[in-house]
Amino acid sequence: MDILRIATAGSVDDGKSTLIGRLLYETQSITRDKLEALDAASKRKGLDFLDLSLLTDGLIAEREQGITIDVAHIYFSTPRRKYIIADTPGHFEYTRNMVTGASNAKVSLILVDARHGVVEQTFRHFFISAMLRIPKVIVCVNKMDLVGYSQERFQEIKQEFEAIAAQVQFEGQSVAFIPISSLYGVNVTQKSEEISWYTGQSLLETLEAMDDQVKVDSSQAARFPVQYVVRPKTEKYHDYRGYAGRVASGTFSVGDEVIALPTGQRSKIATIERFDQQLEQAHARESVVLTLENDIDVSRGNMLVKAGQEPTQHREFSAHVCWLDYQALAPGKTLLLQHGINDTKAKVLALEELIDVQSLEKSASPGQLKLNEIGSIRLKVAKPVFADAYAENPANGAFILVDEFSHATVGVGFVNA
Amino acid sequence: MSSFGDKSLIPASALENPVFPRELEDEAIYIMREVAAQFERPAILFSGGKDSITLVRLAQKAFYPGKIPFPLLHVDTGHNFPETIEYRDWLVKEVGAELIVRYVQDSINQGKVQEESGKYASRNALQTVTLLDAIEEFKFDACIGGARRDEEKARAKERIFSVRDDFGQWDAKRQRPELFDMLNGRISVGENVRVFPISNWTELDVWNYIKEEGIPLPSIYFSHHRPVFERDGMLWADSEYINKDTDEIPYEATVRFRTVGDMTCTAAVLSEATELDDIIGEILSAEISERGARMDDKRSEAAMEKRKQQGYF
Repeated sequence: MDILRIATAGSVDDGKSTLIGRLLYETQSITRDKLEALDAASKRKGLDFLDLSLLTDGLIAEREQGITIDVAHIYFSTPRRKYIIADTPGHFEYTRNMVTGASNAKVSLILVDARHGVVEQTFRHFFISAMLRIPKVIVCVNKMDLVGYSQERFQEIKQEFEAIAAQVQFEGQSVAFIPISSLYGVNVTQKSEEISWYTGQSLLETLEAMDDQVKVDSSQAARFPVQYVVRPKTEKYHDYRGYAGRVASGTFSVGDEVIALPTGQRSKIATIERFDQQLEQAHARESVVLTLENDIDVSRGNMLVKAGQEPTQHREFSAHVCWLDYQALAPGKTLLLQHGINDTKAKVLALEELIDVQSLEKSASPGQLKLNEIGSIRLKVAKPVFADAYAENPANGAFILVDEFSHATVGVGFVNA
Repeated sequence: MSSFGDKSLIPASALENPVFPRELEDEAIYIMREVAAQFERPAILFSGGKDSITLVRLAQKAFYPGKIPFPLLHVDTGHNFPETIEYRDWLVKEVGAELIVRYVQDSINQGKVQEESGKYASRNALQTVTLLDAIEEFKFDACIGGARRDEEKARAKERIFSVRDDFGQWDAKRQRPELFDMLNGRISVGENVRVFPISNWTELDVWNYIKEEGIPLPSIYFSHHRPVFERDGMLWADSEYINKDTDEIPYEATVRFRTVGDMTCTAAVLSEATELDDIIGEILSAEISERGARMDDKRSEAAMEKRKQQGYF
């Protein structure tokens, strides 16, 4: 069975939590005791309907303020597949959570309130979806009940959205629009008579049809970051040396010639193992152990790549960065850079430009990069980094920045082409 | 204990029609290996429940043909089901792991915690103190737990690497963002990390995995006869650890347990399920959620969040 990971985003009060609650409710993913608790909590709040947002707003502060603070993970499944939703808040100050929640998603679900249309947040959400290269975006025009299920209003919003989305949309990114009412369950899992003019699929039908989004792209260059060296040193496995890791991208087969980075030493794959099974091939996202035909120097943090597909060796490079920390980033700052599982010290040589996510205006050489800001920076690293351009191979093109003293994750970067 | 071994035959139906998403195993094994590589003294928090049994299996697979490179830590409340302890001792021998046990009773004797009184007295809250003491004693820098985000809404906000301060406390607003699959386990002196490799699994995923892997389980997960009594519309195992009211009269019933915690806080369900397929069938048609049978969560709407702030998983 496969998994489809979805990121949801919306502004305050556009009914995102209600939509997710509705999806859970209509796919029978919530049990009776949770429904009863919901009913009681809704009544305590003086509501005469089930407040499905109470299902996802898990923290005390969230329930008090009626908002979503942190990324919440929600699970439901259909006979066809398992779905994981990263529900991210829409507040301006929590944009970092949105980048976080969206980083593993193959589908981005953006909510628009039919009364208010495209607002500042809507574009920010789409911009992030494009920056993270999420291939599929679904725009749910919600609260259609409050605009009389008007087709005109829906078309107006669709056109407005398409016009601004075209500025940042990448080739191969598709955008679908669905008119819904999550409060009344219109077009969430089932189509409904209220919107007879809408001939497309409901939200769930749209998700169920996304077979390409769950498939692994095997055409990418083969990358295998070595996480851990397995050396049992038992009598039976006296000379055994296995390289444990998760294939980042591409496919490895027994007999493939590989190059170990950074040493550049060559060998061939002798075996591919998964627990006590021997495999012929390992595909992207699979956790396996590789053994090589001869003893070469490979340790944690190194990367095995297929000969002929070597990535660029970076000592100095530019990347787009989303800054995630309250303390702003200034040029000259030294940080730890973690690329996959490999880390190195890095120095910020320059802040090249700051991008205004709203106007798309770029200002050169900003003095600093503040929380939630996105810009391009120039980095110098202490050890070479073997990264691909994010646009070409996202699985080997992203990194995080870690503060040397607080150890907090303070930034996320995408290597420029 | 061959009684556990008997169940390890993989049913043919599981192999013909696998429903467990293998991607979840790939992710969990990746996390296990990151723990071994990033920390000096990790441990698996082992309760004898199906989730921590799953963790042991994942650790076994992550480092094969090597052994699991860290110990299992069991915080023994003294109120465990005897079947759980029997299983625990069998399992550590089977996989060749090291087992460390620390006792809530010792924390009580040392005067660090006080036994609760009354009808709902439980040692569930007390175990946090014993756990934090064990972390300090062994200088564990990472504790691997079997919590899942689908269990409870405060847990839905939890990270895979969850940094805790000196007092083991969880601060929901200070959590590190986790981007892609990059895990940042760097900590300062005194801090430690709780790691949740099966964060993205649901209860059904765990059961399907157990079935497809042929993992043996403690017998109390399967239908059996035992004396029970009714309280708050639920069935409780009759034991010396529970203070019964005079009108709470035990009788014999055919039951099983859906989660395994202490005898004082885990309710039984009437069940004839003797095979994993029966259990999976029951879960698919169940009207009550898994933690709906856990008294420790019912204390208030925010019971879990409050316990997490104090250092509970």
